[in-house]
Amino acid sequence: MRTDRKLVVRVVAGVALAAALAAVVAVSASASQAGAKKTMVNTSVSGSISFWGIWAAQEQTAFEKVIKGFTNKFPNVKVTYTSKGNDMPTVLATAIAGGNPPDVADVAQPGLVKQFVQQHHLKPITYAKKTISKNFAPAWVKLGVVNKKLYALLYKASNKSTLWYNVHSFKQAGVKAPKKWSQLTKDAKTIKASGTPAYSLCGSSGWTLTDLFENIYLRTFGPAKYNKLSAHKIKWTDPSVTKALKEMKQVVGNSSNLYGGTNGALQTGYPQCVDYVYATPPKAAMVIEADFVANEILQATKAKPVKDFNVVPFPAITAGADASAIETSGDEIITFRNTPAIQAFVKYLATAKAAEIWAKLGGFGTGNVHVPASVYPDAITRRTEAPLTKAKAAVFDMSDEQPAAFGSTTGQGEWGIFQKFLQNPSNIKSIQQQLEASAKAAYKK
Amino acid sequence: MAPPGPASGEGPSRYRTGALFLLPALVLLCVWLVYPTIYTIVRSFFGPSGYLGGWVGIDNYRTLFTTSTLVTAMKNSAIWVAVVPAFVAAIGLIFAVLIERIRWSVAFKTVVFLPMAISAFATGVTWRIMYLQDPSQGAINALGRTVKDAVTPPGVLPSAVPSTGLLQPHGGALILKTPLHPGGVALLGLTGIAPADMPSGSRQAAQPIPKPGNIEGVVWRDFKPGGGKAGVVEQGEIGIRGVTVELRDSSGTVVQSAKTEANGAFDFTNVSAGTYNAGIGGATFAKPFGGYSWLGPSLITPALLIAYIWIWAGFSMVVIAAGLAAMPRDVLEAARTDGASEWQVFRRVTVPLLAPVLSVVFITMVINVLKVFDIVIALAPDSTVANASTIALAMWRTAFSAPFDFGTGSAIAVFLFLLVIPVLALNIRRFKREI
Repeated sequence: MRTDRKLVVRVVAGVALAAALAAVVAVSASASQAGAKKTMVNTSVSGSISFWGIWAAQEQTAFEKVIKGFTNKFPNVKVTYTSKGNDMPTVLATAIAGGNPPDVADVAQPGLVKQFVQQHHLKPITYAKKTISKNFAPAWVKLGVVNKKLYALLYKASNKSTLWYNVHSFKQAGVKAPKKWSQLTKDAKTIKASGTPAYSLCGSSGWTLTDLFENIYLRTFGPAKYNKLSAHKIKWTDPSVTKALKEMKQVVGNSSNLYGGTNGALQTGYPQCVDYVYATPPKAAMVIEADFVANEILQATKAKPVKDFNVVPFPAITAGADASAIETSGDEIITFRNTPAIQAFVKYLATAKAAEIWAKLGGFGTGNVHVPASVYPDAITRRTEAPLTKAKAAVFDMSDEQPAAFGSTTGQGEWGIFQKFLQNPSNIKSIQQQLEASAKAAYKK
Repeated sequence: MAPPGPASGEGPSRYRTGALFLLPALVLLCVWLVYPTIYTIVRSFFGPSGYLGGWVGIDNYRTLFTTSTLVTAMKNSAIWVAVVPAFVAAIGLIFAVLIERIRWSVAFKTVVFLPMAISAFATGVTWRIMYLQDPSQGAINALGRTVKDAVTPPGVLPSAVPSTGLLQPHGGALILKTPLHPGGVALLGLTGIAPADMPSGSRQAAQPIPKPGNIEGVVWRDFKPGGGKAGVVEQGEIGIRGVTVELRDSSGTVVQSAKTEANGAFDFTNVSAGTYNAGIGGATFAKPFGGYSWLGPSLITPALLIAYIWIWAGFSMVVIAAGLAAMPRDVLEAARTDGASEWQVFRRVTVPLLAPVLSVVFITMVINVLKVFDIVIALAPDSTVANASTIALAMWRTAFSAPFDFGTGSAIAVFLFLLVIPVLALNIRRFKREI
């Protein structure tokens, strides 16, 4: 999936560096470590663990290194990783229906975790609560709680509150990376006057539109209210939604400030919208999406970090709302069985060490407070991932948390209605009514 | 029937041998077809999460006819059934009859048949690229642009917009609202032009110096990094070269026109006393052909039908051509000798004789079209896949992607099964007759 020469080089460099570092550490501390190492190895826990993951290719290699870190410590436990790719929800649903789920799995949909808990398929991971609390801020621990019990660990997190821009387009228009929303909307007009549309939207991928809305809502009303809307404790016809949609209209409402206009934006999917921003000459100046945009830029365009492309946190909107709050999504570890081996493994994944092994290789973020920013391999990754540990509040991508029929079905529910909003941004009231009707139907099921 | 071999005796043992040979097929048939069919039917009466979801009676079937996306899918499938088999059979028939009369018929047949060798998914991807709206990407709109731009060429500054409210659009043209008199100055500032799109050779714009009896002016890119002051010629702002500026009198008639120089300057000389307006003609801003939104909500189904017919026309042609080749020529000759025109021969003799072959094509296509799935998922972008959905696709999307509602998914599958049964029955009856 993410085959990129640069990434490979980076991975190789990272591995070499890690090895060198390990060697230095080993030499300098060999005497004291020899004794310590013996006590670190735990032979009393044994067994085997089947792990189904969505990670393939380089990500799989990276995670297998993480597993190695565990089996070095627990030599009598065997962890078998199988990559199921992005079909994970289908594969898991089918395996559960067939009565044969894996021991441990990672899923990217918190809504699915909730569904599995409600159907009594998951085992709580209360045993790891102490370890997790030691390593993660309360806001992050809470993400794994369903029905007041801890069921999941957000092991690999991504920062979805980011805005990517073309450095040259900004320079040409004479604007700086915006810190405030009002600045952004003003800059967008300047950028348009300079002859480049300000935004490249990925309207065909409905989730990018909901991401934009969610970031606006989070920055306008803060995490508490965000979580209420997410849980449908606030109706979609609420005035706060009206306000957020009005702000969103400032971005999507002006056809001439979108690359390809409204129609073009509706037919452009992710990641094509990213490529447009970094084409020569650029077709648009910015794209608003998560940290994983970096992968696409490095993989599909010639743009170089910092020199050609750069990233800023999603701009602050209301002064009262926490501007460091982060909308996140990511891969959660869930367990279908409970054995000492599984317990040890889940606890291990919550430690800084398990995160650092992968973080060094790139393409990985974590809310683990003990992972220093210096671990990340380059400036851009530090910029996107370090805020994760500093965020006072973290919220899940709203559409991932809602029932799938409303929050994550192609062309339907939230995705489809936001596409209608992009098509015709004038009738906010009708959009809100449609959202509420669709949410109501989905929550009833 | 082959005569019984010497080893096999009469009566029961013969049946036993037969049954033994049939058994593997029968077992596979049961495992892969009979059991899943029964299970799907049963499953369609239960809720989304397995038997835990509980018995819901015919609720899933009610959902089927009340959910707007599923109704759209059924409507689309009806359109597919109404359009595709007829077109495929008709086009195949025309091709088959025509290729009998041309040289290089094998080459022609191969070309028409070739799409059959491509998977429907690949076809979908290819056509999707061809249908893209941006004429610099989509082949079909590129053709449209070539034709349209040859008739009405696009302007040099299609994306330009006025930098101040003083310059107002007037039927495609931009007219400076400020009235001008001889000795006056016209500032025509434009923005929204990327530096790369500026006419070559343009340089720093110059503030026009008024001259008695003349109207002097400048057309320039009223933008410098940071925005600059709108309506003011500043250092770093570039004049636009080669723009045609028109001077209109108070009645709106063009009295003079001038082309701008490299610094954007233009002048109208010897202007007689009066009130004038300066403006830039509409031709400068004429937009290039923007392309049709083939993949948009209203054209997506026709776009899919075209691609699908393109695939299957070859199959139909080959089958019908085979039918034609097997047709007794003397009947055609007899008709011709009796004085029938070619059209009459085709209409009254060829088509009736081909009826069995045509019905094979027709029935095959009806079954294919009811099941159509892959090309839709490959061709339609996510934003319009709901508008393009068909029954089979709706079934998959309901059951095997979020929300994993196997109950409603099974109901859709059963509904599809019921639709296919009559066509299948028809086909089986035909087979029996032929044997």
